[in-house]
Amino acid sequence: MNTAQHTGSPEHIAVRSLTKRYGTDVTALASIDLGIAEGELVAIVGPSGCGKSTLLRILAGLMPPTEGEARLGGSPIAGPRKDIGVVFQTPVLFPWRSVLDNALLPVDVQKLGRERMRATAMELLKLVGLQGFEHHLPNQLSGGMQQRAALVRALIHDPSVLLMDEPFGALDAMTREQMNLELQRIWMERQKTVVFVTHSVGEAVFLADRVIVMSPRPGRIVDTLAVDFPRPRPLSVMNTEAFGVHVSRIRQALNATGGLE
Amino acid sequence: MSATLRLLLMAALLGLWEGAARLLHVPAYILPPPSAVAVGFYRGIASGLYAEHIWITMLETFLGFAFGAAAGFGLGTFVALSRRFEYYLYPIIVMFQAMPKVALAPLIIVWFGLDLTSKVINASLVCFFPLMVNTIAGLRAADEDRISLMRSLAASDAQIFWMLRLPGALPSIFAGLEIAMIFALIGAIVAEFVGAQAGLGMLIQSMNFSMDVAGQFSVLFILSLIGLALNTIVAAVRKRVVFWDQPRQDLRPGGKS
Repeated sequence: MNTAQHTGSPEHIAVRSLTKRYGTDVTALASIDLGIAEGELVAIVGPSGCGKSTLLRILAGLMPPTEGEARLGGSPIAGPRKDIGVVFQTPVLFPWRSVLDNALLPVDVQKLGRERMRATAMELLKLVGLQGFEHHLPNQLSGGMQQRAALVRALIHDPSVLLMDEPFGALDAMTREQMNLELQRIWMERQKTVVFVTHSVGEAVFLADRVIVMSPRPGRIVDTLAVDFPRPRPLSVMNTEAFGVHVSRIRQALNATGGLE
Repeated sequence: MSATLRLLLMAALLGLWEGAARLLHVPAYILPPPSAVAVGFYRGIASGLYAEHIWITMLETFLGFAFGAAAGFGLGTFVALSRRFEYYLYPIIVMFQAMPKVALAPLIIVWFGLDLTSKVINASLVCFFPLMVNTIAGLRAADEDRISLMRSLAASDAQIFWMLRLPGALPSIFAGLEIAMIFALIGAIVAEFVGAQAGLGMLIQSMNFSMDVAGQFSVLFILSLIGLALNTIVAAVRKRVVFWDQPRQDLRPGGKS
Protein backbone atom coordinates (compact mmCIF):
# COMPACT_ATOMS: atom_id res chain seq x y z
CA MET A 1 0.00 0.00 0.00
CA ASN A 2 1.14 3.49 -0.60
CA THR A 3 2.00 5.74 2.26
CA ALA A 4 3.18 8.65 0.13
CA GLN A 5 1.72 11.94 1.30
CA HIS A 6 1.08 13.80 -1.93
CA THR A 7 4.27 15.72 -1.31
CA GLY A 8 5.24 17.72 -4.32
CA SER A 9 1.67 18.17 -5.46
CA PRO A 10 0.16 21.45 -4.23
CA GLU A 11 -1.01 20.81 -0.72
CA HIS A 12 -4.14 22.62 0.27
CA ILE A 13 -3.62 21.80 3.92
CA ALA A 14 -0.08 21.33 5.18
CA VAL A 15 0.69 20.29 8.74
CA ARG A 16 4.36 20.35 9.72
CA SER A 17 5.84 18.83 12.91
CA LEU A 18 2.80 19.97 14.80
CA THR A 19 2.71 19.32 18.53
CA LYS A 20 -0.01 20.25 20.99
CA ARG A 21 0.47 20.10 24.72
CA TYR A 22 -2.06 20.93 27.39
CA GLY A 23 -0.22 22.30 30.38
CA THR A 24 3.16 20.69 30.84
CA ASP A 25 2.46 16.98 31.02
CA VAL A 26 -0.39 16.19 28.64
CA THR A 27 0.75 15.85 25.05
CA ALA A 28 -2.31 15.59 22.85
CA LEU A 29 -0.48 15.58 19.52
CA ALA A 30 3.16 14.72 18.90
CA SER A 31 4.92 16.01 15.76
CA ILE A 32 2.19 15.45 13.21
CA ASP A 33 3.11 15.74 9.54
CA LEU A 34 0.24 15.67 7.12
CA GLY A 35 -0.44 17.02 3.66
CA ILE A 36 -3.91 17.10 2.16
CA ALA A 37 -4.48 17.85 -1.52
CA GLU A 38 -7.21 20.12 -2.73
CA GLY A 39 -10.48 18.23 -3.18
CA GLU A 40 -9.25 15.24 -1.21
CA LEU A 41 -11.45 13.48 1.34
CA VAL A 42 -9.28 12.37 4.22
CA ALA A 43 -10.58 10.42 7.21
CA ILE A 44 -8.74 10.39 10.51
CA VAL A 45 -9.42 7.37 12.72
CA GLY A 46 -8.20 6.70 16.19
CA PRO A 47 -9.42 5.78 19.65
CA SER A 48 -10.90 8.36 22.00
CA GLY A 49 -8.23 10.67 23.32
CA CYS A 50 -5.88 10.32 20.35
CA GLY A 51 -6.06 14.04 19.72
CA LYS A 52 -7.97 13.84 16.47
CA SER A 53 -10.49 16.42 17.60
CA THR A 54 -7.64 18.61 18.81
CA LEU A 55 -6.06 18.43 15.36
CA LEU A 56 -9.36 19.45 13.82
CA ARG A 57 -9.75 22.37 16.22
CA ILE A 58 -6.25 23.56 15.31
CA LEU A 59 -7.12 23.35 11.62
CA ALA A 60 -10.30 25.33 12.35
CA GLY A 61 -8.19 28.02 13.98
CA LEU A 62 -9.94 27.52 17.32
CA MET A 63 -6.68 26.85 19.16
CA PRO A 64 -3.01 27.38 18.34
CA PRO A 65 -0.48 24.54 18.12
CA THR A 66 2.25 24.43 20.76
CA GLU A 67 4.95 23.73 18.18
CA GLY A 68 5.03 23.43 14.42
CA GLU A 69 2.45 24.90 12.14
CA ALA A 70 -0.60 24.26 10.04
CA ARG A 71 -1.08 26.02 6.72
CA LEU A 72 -4.11 26.41 4.57
CA GLY A 73 -3.68 27.45 0.96
CA GLY A 74 -0.11 28.49 1.69
CA SER A 75 -0.70 30.78 4.66
CA PRO A 76 -0.44 29.76 8.33
CA ILE A 77 -3.68 29.20 10.20
CA ALA A 78 -3.50 31.88 12.89
CA GLY A 79 -7.17 32.06 13.83
CA PRO A 80 -10.62 31.29 12.51
CA ARG A 81 -10.84 31.67 8.74
CA LYS A 82 -13.78 32.39 6.56
CA ASP A 83 -12.97 29.69 4.02
CA ILE A 84 -13.50 26.85 6.49
CA GLY A 85 -16.75 25.10 7.32
CA VAL A 86 -16.99 23.04 10.49
CA VAL A 87 -19.46 20.29 11.41
CA PHE A 88 -19.39 19.27 15.04
CA GLN A 89 -20.39 16.05 16.80
CA THR A 90 -23.75 17.57 17.65
CA PRO A 91 -25.73 19.73 15.21
CA VAL A 92 -25.21 22.88 17.36
CA LEU A 93 -28.22 24.62 15.83
CA PHE A 94 -29.62 27.77 17.43
CA PRO A 95 -33.11 26.84 18.67
CA TRP A 96 -34.49 30.35 18.00
CA ARG A 97 -33.52 30.27 14.34
CA SER A 98 -35.51 28.41 11.73
CA VAL A 99 -33.71 25.78 9.66
CA LEU A 100 -33.19 28.35 6.91
CA ASP A 101 -31.91 30.99 9.34
CA ASN A 102 -29.57 28.47 10.93
CA ALA A 103 -28.21 27.65 7.50
CA LEU A 104 -27.72 31.37 6.90
CA LEU A 105 -25.81 31.95 10.15
CA PRO A 106 -22.38 32.18 8.44
CA VAL A 107 -23.93 34.60 5.96
CA ASP A 108 -25.11 36.82 8.82
CA VAL A 109 -21.79 36.60 10.65
CA GLN A 110 -19.68 37.29 7.59
CA LYS A 111 -22.16 39.80 6.15
CA LEU A 112 -22.40 38.09 2.78
CA GLY A 113 -25.85 39.45 1.97
CA ARG A 114 -28.82 37.49 3.16
CA GLU A 115 -30.99 38.17 0.11
CA ARG A 116 -28.33 37.07 -2.29
CA MET A 117 -27.55 33.88 -0.34
CA ARG A 118 -31.13 32.84 0.30
CA ALA A 119 -31.40 31.02 -3.02
CA THR A 120 -28.12 29.22 -2.34
CA ALA A 121 -29.41 28.13 1.04
CA MET A 122 -32.64 26.81 -0.44
CA GLU A 123 -30.67 24.93 -3.06
CA LEU A 124 -28.39 23.33 -0.45
CA LEU A 125 -31.34 22.45 1.78
CA LYS A 126 -32.83 20.71 -1.21
CA LEU A 127 -29.54 18.92 -1.83
CA VAL A 128 -29.64 17.39 1.66
CA GLY A 129 -33.36 16.62 1.44
CA LEU A 130 -34.66 19.32 3.75
CA GLN A 131 -36.90 21.14 1.29
CA GLY A 132 -40.21 21.93 2.93
CA PHE A 133 -38.56 22.21 6.34
CA GLU A 134 -36.96 25.65 5.84
CA HIS A 135 -39.27 27.33 8.31
CA HIS A 136 -39.30 24.61 10.93
CA LEU A 137 -37.50 25.13 14.21
CA PRO A 138 -34.63 22.73 14.97
CA ASN A 139 -36.48 21.01 17.80
CA GLN A 140 -39.13 19.96 15.30
CA LEU A 141 -36.56 17.89 13.37
CA SER A 142 -35.03 14.47 14.00
CA GLY A 143 -31.35 14.15 14.90
CA GLY A 144 -30.41 13.16 11.36
CA MET A 145 -32.28 16.10 9.86
CA GLN A 146 -30.65 18.48 12.32
CA GLN A 147 -27.21 17.23 11.29
CA ARG A 148 -28.17 17.76 7.64
CA ALA A 149 -29.06 21.36 8.46
CA ALA A 150 -25.68 21.70 10.18
CA LEU A 151 -24.03 20.40 7.01
CA VAL A 152 -25.82 23.02 4.93
CA ARG A 153 -24.65 25.69 7.38
CA ALA A 154 -21.06 24.47 6.96
CA LEU A 155 -21.36 24.68 3.17
CA ILE A 156 -23.33 27.91 2.73
CA HIS A 157 -20.39 30.31 2.56
CA ASP A 158 -18.73 28.03 0.02
CA PRO A 159 -15.60 27.29 2.09
CA SER A 160 -12.78 25.41 0.38
CA VAL A 161 -12.35 23.15 3.40
CA LEU A 162 -14.90 21.16 5.36
CA LEU A 163 -13.81 19.96 8.79
CA MET A 164 -16.03 17.28 10.28
CA ASP A 165 -15.60 16.09 13.85
CA GLU A 166 -17.38 12.74 14.24
CA PRO A 167 -20.41 14.36 12.63
CA PHE A 168 -22.55 11.23 12.50
CA GLY A 169 -21.40 9.63 15.75
CA ALA A 170 -24.61 10.45 17.58
CA LEU A 171 -26.90 9.01 14.90
CA ASP A 172 -28.33 5.51 14.74
CA ALA A 173 -26.60 3.04 12.43
CA MET A 174 -29.09 3.30 9.57
CA THR A 175 -29.29 7.08 9.56
CA ARG A 176 -25.52 7.14 9.73
CA GLU A 177 -25.12 5.04 6.57
CA GLN A 178 -27.62 7.27 4.86
CA MET A 179 -25.66 10.35 5.86
CA ASN A 180 -22.42 8.77 4.62
CA LEU A 181 -24.01 8.27 1.20
CA GLU A 182 -25.22 11.87 1.17
CA LEU A 183 -21.90 13.25 2.25
CA GLN A 184 -20.25 11.35 -0.60
CA ARG A 185 -22.80 12.69 -3.07
CA ILE A 186 -22.38 16.27 -1.86
CA TRP A 187 -18.60 15.96 -1.85
CA MET A 188 -18.64 14.63 -5.43
CA GLU A 189 -20.84 17.50 -6.48
CA ARG A 190 -18.95 20.27 -4.67
CA GLN A 191 -15.35 19.01 -4.58
CA LYS A 192 -14.42 20.36 -1.17
CA THR A 193 -11.32 19.35 0.71
CA VAL A 194 -12.76 17.32 3.57
CA VAL A 195 -11.12 16.26 6.81
CA PHE A 196 -13.41 13.75 8.48
CA VAL A 197 -12.68 12.61 12.02
CA THR A 198 -14.34 9.38 13.15
CA HIS A 199 -13.75 6.39 15.34
CA SER A 200 -15.63 4.10 13.04
CA VAL A 201 -13.16 2.22 10.85
CA GLY A 202 -15.87 1.17 8.41
CA GLU A 203 -17.09 4.73 7.97
CA ALA A 204 -13.54 5.92 7.33
CA VAL A 205 -12.84 3.31 4.64
CA PHE A 206 -16.22 3.83 3.01
CA LEU A 207 -15.84 7.59 2.70
CA ALA A 208 -12.19 8.43 2.36
CA ASP A 209 -9.61 8.72 -0.38
CA ARG A 210 -7.08 8.27 2.34
CA VAL A 211 -7.36 7.05 5.91
CA ILE A 212 -4.98 8.38 8.56
CA VAL A 213 -4.63 6.12 11.61
CA MET A 214 -3.67 7.74 14.89
CA SER A 215 -2.39 6.29 18.14
CA PRO A 216 -3.68 7.23 21.59
CA ARG A 217 -2.03 9.94 23.65
CA PRO A 218 0.35 11.30 22.64
CA GLY A 219 -1.45 11.29 19.29
CA ARG A 220 0.73 10.47 16.33
CA ILE A 221 0.12 9.13 12.85
CA VAL A 222 0.87 5.41 12.82
CA ASP A 223 -0.43 4.45 9.38
CA THR A 224 -1.77 5.97 6.21
CA LEU A 225 -3.87 4.01 3.78
CA ALA A 226 -5.13 5.00 0.34
CA VAL A 227 -8.59 3.74 -0.58
CA ASP A 228 -9.31 3.67 -4.28
CA PHE A 229 -12.75 2.14 -4.69
CA PRO A 230 -14.49 3.80 -7.62
CA ARG A 231 -17.07 6.45 -6.81
CA PRO A 232 -19.88 6.78 -6.17
CA ARG A 233 -19.41 3.93 -3.75
CA PRO A 234 -22.59 2.02 -2.94
CA LEU A 235 -23.14 0.74 0.60
CA SER A 236 -22.58 -2.75 -0.80
CA VAL A 237 -18.89 -1.94 -1.20
CA MET A 238 -18.68 -2.67 2.52
CA ASN A 239 -19.34 -6.35 1.78
CA THR A 240 -16.44 -6.76 -0.65
CA GLU A 241 -13.25 -8.56 0.22
CA ALA A 242 -11.08 -5.55 -0.59
CA PHE A 243 -13.07 -3.47 1.90
CA GLY A 244 -12.48 -6.14 4.55
CA VAL A 245 -8.77 -6.12 3.81
CA HIS A 246 -8.60 -2.36 4.34
CA VAL A 247 -10.61 -2.55 7.53
CA SER A 248 -8.47 -5.31 9.02
CA ARG A 249 -5.28 -3.49 8.16
CA ILE A 250 -6.50 -0.40 10.00
CA ARG A 251 -7.62 -2.51 12.93
CA GLN A 252 -4.18 -4.08 13.09
CA ALA A 253 -2.56 -0.65 13.09
CA LEU A 254 -4.89 0.41 15.89
CA ASN A 255 -4.24 -2.81 17.81
CA ALA A 256 -0.49 -2.40 17.51
CA THR A 257 -0.80 0.85 19.43
CA GLY A 258 -3.03 -0.79 21.99
CA GLY A 259 -5.60 1.79 21.14
CA LEU A 260 -8.59 -0.22 20.04
CA GLU A 261 -11.48 0.22 22.41
CA MET B 1 -60.64 17.76 34.56
CA SER B 2 -63.76 19.83 34.46
CA ALA B 3 -63.99 23.60 34.64
CA THR B 4 -67.41 23.31 36.22
CA LEU B 5 -66.00 21.26 39.06
CA ARG B 6 -63.34 23.86 39.65
CA LEU B 7 -65.93 26.62 39.90
CA LEU B 8 -68.13 24.48 42.14
CA LEU B 9 -65.22 23.87 44.49
CA MET B 10 -64.54 27.58 44.70
CA ALA B 11 -68.21 28.34 45.34
CA ALA B 12 -68.30 25.63 48.01
CA LEU B 13 -65.34 27.18 49.82
CA LEU B 14 -66.94 30.62 49.73
CA GLY B 15 -70.19 29.10 51.00
CA LEU B 16 -68.36 27.35 53.83
CA TRP B 17 -66.67 30.63 54.78
CA GLU B 18 -69.98 32.53 54.68
CA GLY B 19 -71.78 29.85 56.70
CA ALA B 20 -69.03 29.54 59.30
CA ALA B 21 -68.78 33.30 59.78
CA ARG B 22 -72.52 33.60 60.30
CA LEU B 23 -73.22 30.47 62.35
CA LEU B 24 -70.24 30.92 64.66
CA HIS B 25 -70.95 34.65 65.04
CA VAL B 26 -67.39 35.63 64.15
CA PRO B 27 -67.12 39.40 64.69
CA ALA B 28 -66.86 41.33 61.38
CA TYR B 29 -63.63 43.02 62.54
CA ILE B 30 -61.96 39.60 62.80
CA LEU B 31 -63.26 37.75 59.74
CA PRO B 32 -66.06 39.29 57.69
CA PRO B 33 -68.19 36.90 55.58
CA PRO B 34 -67.58 36.98 51.79
CA SER B 35 -70.87 38.82 51.29
CA ALA B 36 -69.61 41.73 53.40
CA VAL B 37 -66.34 41.72 51.43
CA ALA B 38 -68.35 41.85 48.21
CA VAL B 39 -70.37 44.80 49.50
CA GLY B 40 -67.16 46.60 50.52
CA PHE B 41 -65.68 45.86 47.10
CA TYR B 42 -68.77 47.22 45.35
CA ARG B 43 -68.83 50.41 47.44
CA GLY B 44 -65.15 51.08 46.85
CA ILE B 45 -65.49 50.62 43.11
CA ALA B 46 -68.80 52.48 42.74
CA SER B 47 -67.61 55.50 44.71
CA GLY B 48 -64.52 55.76 42.52
CA LEU B 49 -62.38 55.53 45.66
CA TYR B 50 -60.46 52.42 44.53
CA ALA B 51 -59.82 53.60 40.99
CA GLU B 52 -57.51 56.40 42.06
CA HIS B 53 -55.54 54.20 44.45
CA ILE B 54 -55.29 51.38 41.92
CA TRP B 55 -53.92 53.83 39.38
CA ILE B 56 -51.28 55.15 41.81
CA THR B 57 -50.10 51.69 42.87
CA MET B 58 -49.98 50.44 39.27
CA LEU B 59 -48.00 53.49 38.20
CA GLU B 60 -45.48 53.00 41.02
CA THR B 61 -45.21 49.32 40.18
CA PHE B 62 -44.67 49.86 36.45
CA LEU B 63 -42.15 52.67 36.89
CA GLY B 64 -40.30 50.74 39.57
CA PHE B 65 -40.30 47.65 37.38
CA ALA B 66 -39.02 49.60 34.37
CA PHE B 67 -36.11 51.21 36.24
CA GLY B 68 -35.28 48.14 38.33
CA ALA B 69 -35.43 45.77 35.37
CA ALA B 70 -33.33 48.07 33.17
CA ALA B 71 -30.70 48.43 35.90
CA GLY B 72 -30.77 44.70 36.67
CA PHE B 73 -30.36 43.77 33.03
CA GLY B 74 -27.62 46.34 32.43
CA LEU B 75 -25.57 45.49 35.48
CA GLY B 76 -26.13 41.76 34.97
CA THR B 77 -24.80 42.06 31.44
CA PHE B 78 -21.67 43.88 32.60
CA VAL B 79 -21.02 41.35 35.36
CA ALA B 80 -21.56 38.43 32.98
CA LEU B 81 -19.27 39.83 30.28
CA SER B 82 -16.48 41.47 32.23
CA ARG B 83 -14.42 39.49 34.72
CA ARG B 84 -12.92 42.71 36.06
CA PHE B 85 -16.29 44.30 36.60
CA GLU B 86 -17.42 41.17 38.38
CA TYR B 87 -14.30 40.98 40.54
CA TYR B 88 -14.67 44.49 41.93
CA LEU B 89 -18.42 44.93 42.05
CA TYR B 90 -19.92 41.55 42.72
CA PRO B 91 -19.09 41.39 46.45
CA ILE B 92 -20.83 44.73 46.98
CA ILE B 93 -23.82 43.58 44.98
CA VAL B 94 -24.05 40.31 46.87
CA MET B 95 -23.85 42.04 50.25
CA PHE B 96 -26.62 44.33 49.18
CA GLN B 97 -28.58 41.33 47.96
CA ALA B 98 -28.31 39.59 51.32
CA MET B 99 -30.13 42.48 53.00
CA PRO B 100 -33.95 42.31 52.95
CA LYS B 101 -34.71 45.31 50.74
CA VAL B 102 -38.11 45.97 52.30
CA ALA B 103 -36.23 46.94 55.48
CA LEU B 104 -34.88 49.91 53.53
CA ALA B 105 -38.37 51.30 52.95
CA PRO B 106 -38.48 53.60 56.03
CA LEU B 107 -35.12 55.11 55.09
CA ILE B 108 -36.20 55.64 51.51
CA ILE B 109 -39.34 57.42 52.66
CA VAL B 110 -37.17 59.71 54.79
CA TRP B 111 -34.84 60.39 51.88
CA PHE B 112 -37.34 60.75 49.07
CA GLY B 113 -40.56 61.85 50.74
CA LEU B 114 -44.11 60.61 50.86
CA ASP B 115 -45.04 60.84 47.20
CA LEU B 116 -44.41 58.76 44.08
CA THR B 117 -40.58 58.92 43.93
CA SER B 118 -39.92 56.93 47.11
CA LYS B 119 -42.34 54.18 46.04
CA VAL B 120 -40.78 53.88 42.60
CA ILE B 121 -37.29 53.68 44.11
CA ASN B 122 -38.32 51.04 46.62
CA ALA B 123 -40.09 48.99 43.96
CA SER B 124 -37.08 49.13 41.63
CA LEU B 125 -34.67 48.16 44.43
CA VAL B 126 -36.75 45.13 45.30
CA CYS B 127 -37.20 43.92 41.72
CA PHE B 128 -33.65 44.65 40.56
CA PHE B 129 -32.03 41.51 41.92
CA PRO B 130 -34.01 38.66 40.48
CA LEU B 131 -33.47 40.10 37.03
CA MET B 132 -29.78 40.76 37.50
CA VAL B 133 -29.13 37.26 38.79
CA ASN B 134 -31.11 35.66 35.97
CA THR B 135 -29.39 37.83 33.36
CA ILE B 136 -25.97 36.77 34.62
CA ALA B 137 -26.97 33.10 34.74
CA GLY B 138 -28.53 33.25 31.28
CA LEU B 139 -25.62 35.01 29.57
CA ARG B 140 -23.07 32.75 31.24
CA ALA B 141 -24.90 29.59 30.25
CA ALA B 142 -24.05 29.97 26.55
CA ASP B 143 -23.19 26.53 25.22
CA GLU B 144 -19.46 25.96 24.56
CA ASP B 145 -20.09 24.22 21.24
CA ARG B 146 -22.17 27.14 20.03
CA ILE B 147 -19.41 29.55 20.98
CA SER B 148 -16.88 27.35 19.14
CA LEU B 149 -19.15 27.38 16.11
CA MET B 150 -19.38 31.19 16.15
CA ARG B 151 -15.62 31.48 16.59
CA SER B 152 -14.98 29.06 13.74
CA LEU B 153 -16.98 31.45 11.55
CA ALA B 154 -14.66 34.28 12.61
CA ALA B 155 -17.47 36.01 14.55
CA SER B 156 -16.59 39.06 16.67
CA ASP B 157 -17.34 39.21 20.39
CA ALA B 158 -20.17 41.64 19.66
CA GLN B 159 -21.67 39.21 17.16
CA ILE B 160 -21.36 36.37 19.65
CA PHE B 161 -23.23 38.51 22.18
CA TRP B 162 -26.06 39.63 19.92
CA MET B 163 -26.50 36.48 17.88
CA LEU B 164 -25.82 33.85 20.53
CA ARG B 165 -25.53 34.92 24.19
CA LEU B 166 -28.45 37.32 24.36
CA PRO B 167 -31.06 35.19 22.56
CA GLY B 168 -29.80 32.19 24.53
CA ALA B 169 -30.28 34.10 27.78
CA LEU B 170 -33.84 35.23 27.00
CA PRO B 171 -35.64 32.28 28.65
CA SER B 172 -33.72 32.94 31.84
CA ILE B 173 -34.21 36.72 31.57
CA PHE B 174 -37.94 36.29 31.18
CA ALA B 175 -38.09 34.01 34.19
CA GLY B 176 -36.39 36.88 36.03
CA LEU B 177 -38.85 39.42 34.62
CA GLU B 178 -41.80 37.39 35.86
CA ILE B 179 -40.43 37.44 39.38
CA ALA B 180 -39.36 41.09 39.11
CA MET B 181 -42.84 42.18 38.09
CA ILE B 182 -44.41 40.74 41.24
CA PHE B 183 -41.50 41.98 43.38
CA ALA B 184 -42.09 45.50 42.08
CA LEU B 185 -45.69 45.31 43.30
CA ILE B 186 -44.49 44.09 46.71
CA GLY B 187 -41.93 46.91 46.86
CA ALA B 188 -44.52 49.55 46.05
CA ILE B 189 -47.04 48.24 48.62
CA VAL B 190 -44.45 48.00 51.40
CA ALA B 191 -43.31 51.58 50.76
CA GLU B 192 -46.95 52.68 50.87
CA PHE B 193 -47.36 50.95 54.25
CA VAL B 194 -44.49 52.96 55.62
CA GLY B 195 -45.70 56.32 54.43
CA ALA B 196 -47.86 57.46 51.56
CA GLN B 197 -50.69 59.75 50.62
CA ALA B 198 -52.31 57.39 48.15
CA GLY B 199 -52.18 53.83 46.85
CA LEU B 200 -53.64 50.46 47.79
CA GLY B 201 -51.03 49.90 50.51
CA MET B 202 -51.98 53.17 52.14
CA LEU B 203 -55.64 52.23 51.77
CA ILE B 204 -55.08 48.94 53.63
CA GLN B 205 -53.30 50.84 56.41
CA SER B 206 -56.09 53.36 56.85
CA MET B 207 -58.80 50.67 56.71
CA ASN B 208 -56.87 48.81 59.38
CA PHE B 209 -57.03 51.82 61.65
CA SER B 210 -60.75 52.19 61.08
CA MET B 211 -61.35 48.44 61.59
CA ASP B 212 -62.79 48.12 58.10
CA VAL B 213 -61.72 44.49 57.73
CA ALA B 214 -64.18 43.78 54.91
CA GLY B 215 -62.68 46.70 53.01
CA GLN B 216 -59.18 45.31 53.58
CA PHE B 217 -60.23 41.97 52.19
CA SER B 218 -61.63 43.67 49.12
CA VAL B 219 -58.33 45.50 48.56
CA LEU B 220 -56.43 42.23 49.00
CA PHE B 221 -58.69 40.78 46.35
CA ILE B 222 -57.83 43.68 44.02
CA LEU B 223 -54.13 43.15 44.71
CA SER B 224 -54.37 39.48 43.73
CA LEU B 225 -56.13 40.50 40.53
CA ILE B 226 -53.37 43.03 39.79
CA GLY B 227 -50.67 40.45 40.52
CA LEU B 228 -52.38 37.96 38.24
CA ALA B 229 -52.74 40.56 35.48
CA LEU B 230 -49.07 41.61 35.71
CA ASN B 231 -47.94 38.01 35.57
CA THR B 232 -50.18 37.36 32.59
CA ILE B 233 -48.74 40.36 30.73
CA VAL B 234 -45.15 39.19 31.23
CA ALA B 235 -46.08 35.62 30.30
CA ALA B 236 -47.79 36.84 27.12
CA VAL B 237 -44.75 38.89 26.08
CA ARG B 238 -42.52 35.95 26.91
CA LYS B 239 -44.57 33.68 24.71
CA ARG B 240 -44.04 36.00 21.75
CA VAL B 241 -40.36 36.73 22.32
CA VAL B 242 -39.13 33.34 23.53
CA PHE B 243 -41.29 31.40 21.08
CA TRP B 244 -38.86 28.46 20.89
CA ASP B 245 -38.78 27.73 24.61
CA GLN B 246 -42.25 27.42 26.10
CA PRO B 247 -42.57 26.62 29.79
CA ARG B 248 -44.23 23.36 30.63
CA GLN B 249 -47.99 23.31 31.09
CA ASP B 250 -47.98 23.10 34.87
CA LEU B 251 -46.23 26.45 35.27
CA ARG B 252 -49.33 28.59 35.13
CA PRO B 253 -49.29 32.36 35.36
CA GLY B 254 -49.84 33.23 38.98
CA GLY B 255 -48.17 30.03 40.06
CA LYS B 256 -45.25 32.04 41.44
CA SER B 257 -45.62 34.43 44.33
